[in-house]
Amino acid sequence: MLKLPIYMDNNSTTRTDPRVVDAMIPFFTEKFGNAASRNHPFGWEADEAVGEARKQIGNLIGSGPSEIIFTSGATEAINLALKGVAQMYKKKGNHIITQVTEHKATLDTCKRLEKDGFQVTYLPVDKFGQVSAEQIREALTDKTILVSIMAANNEIGSLQPIKAIGKLCKEKGILFHTDAVQAVGKIPINVDEMGIDLLSMSGHKMYGPKGIGALYVRKKDPRVRLDPQIDGGGHERGMRSGTLPVPLIVGLGEAADICYREMAEESKKTYRLREKLRKGIMSQLPESYINGHPDERLPGNANISFAYVEGEGLMMGIKDVAVSSGSACTSASLEPSYVLRALGVGDELAHSSIRFGIGRFNTEEEVDYVIDLVVREVNRLREMSPLYEMAQEGIDLKSIEWSGH
Amino acid sequence: MPYSDKILEHYNNPRNVGSFTQSDLNVGTGLVGAPECGDVLKLQILVNPATGMIEDAKFKTFGCGSAIASSSLATEWLKGKSIEDALAIRNTQIVEELALPPVKVHCSVLAEDAIKAAIKNFQDKQQNTNAEKREPVAVG
Ligand SMILES: Cc1ncc(COP(=O)(O)O)c(C=O)c1O
Repeated sequence: MLKLPIYMDNNSTTRTDPRVVDAMIPFFTEKFGNAASRNHPFGWEADEAVGEARKQIGNLIGSGPSEIIFTSGATEAINLALKGVAQMYKKKGNHIITQVTEHKATLDTCKRLEKDGFQVTYLPVDKFGQVSAEQIREALTDKTILVSIMAANNEIGSLQPIKAIGKLCKEKGILFHTDAVQAVGKIPINVDEMGIDLLSMSGHKMYGPKGIGALYVRKKDPRVRLDPQIDGGGHERGMRSGTLPVPLIVGLGEAADICYREMAEESKKTYRLREKLRKGIMSQLPESYINGHPDERLPGNANISFAYVEGEGLMMGIKDVAVSSGSACTSASLEPSYVLRALGVGDELAHSSIRFGIGRFNTEEEVDYVIDLVVREVNRLREMSPLYEMAQEGIDLKSIEWSGH
Repeated sequence: MPYSDKILEHYNNPRNVGSFTQSDLNVGTGLVGAPECGDVLKLQILVNPATGMIEDAKFKTFGCGSAIASSSLATEWLKGKSIEDALAIRNTQIVEELALPPVKVHCSVLAEDAIKAAIKNFQDKQQNTNAEKREPVAVG
């Protein structure tokens, strides 16, 4: 039986896998020790569990267990990576390269660093939301200390050429950080093969709990050093102090382990459902457009613009389906998604976008339901849309002098 | 943010969706907003020239649910009103009736603007024809 509402917003967050919850529970109840307590079994048990989680995460991204630094989430991991590197290596140089469609965690951290005297290059992206290693090569200066490019975009799902960028950075001896929040557990990531020196990830995007993330910090070739952003008891090799949240860490470890074992199969399924959704909707609705790269994208992500229909309005029509829109129709912000704008999607189509994020727990039946509902609602709203009416009458919408507000 | 029942009611069962012939002398059309801003509202009134009363009103809206509900409500309120009474409709009344949250107040502003624009368009048309002493009006 189909159960409503349907959750199809897995780029925002994911349901914690019940197996993850099961793994966590004993660490709230009997095994509640402090992993830093060296002198009694409660501490040993907790420390052992944390060690196991490091291994599980390391397996998934191809790192050693001791290269994993636990944080409160990816936002903190990204802050630590960028600020930590900038401050540690500022004698070497003050230039950082990133790109315009990064998550705010990266962009706002870079803005902060600019205030502190660092120079940041924000590379533009092409119409698919991608940068090239060549663009980075051209932006490099002898002051460049860090390149930060996300592995996959959270809105449009586009993948970046991480391996080529990693290779370039190795060649130039520049550190490479990637925000792999959306990629880890969805597509294969290997820090050695991809030349990644620092990698940020988040529990709640990979069927783990919220409030936990990790920063991978390379220990060898090169050994990356960071200026800590949180001082205290010297946990996590001094890079991130604070008593470890053992249940959350166990959860992240279990989530990583499940991804490690099931990703190959799971990504085939999410891809198949994504394609079914995309084709089912777009074949029935003329003037609908996919945003981002057609193929080089996350398997579960479909970001589609429906001309003449406003995204938030559409979301109300499909309110039994949880999705996101690139439209922002509030007095605080009338500007649509900066990611879509950066791709050169016009503001009008950006306002018409819906992001569908298919994940582990979505079913074929749900996809069928969503296809029918979206097609019906878009058609209903087009009948109600003055823009659709004008387009049908052959009026060029660009020829009109809009009043704005 | 959850929407009020009234917004949802208008959104699900919008009143008076449609269009009148724009060139009709007794029709006033207001088109406000911009696609780049995420809302465009077209509101039309049909005025009885003998009585000066708004006999019918229609709308089409590109926008969020609150914009659609504000337009729908505006057309409901316009029907049967004199031009003067229609001009007295304030966006704050729409906010109140629909329980629009603060971030959606601009939708009601747009609806008020559309009402004013439609009336102005109607009045302009009337004046032009009076000046032209009933010369046939170009349709287009
Ligand atoms: C690409 C990307 N980076 C960073 C973050 C921030 O992650 P967190 O919620 O763990 O702080 C998110 C999630 O919102 C994301 O999608």
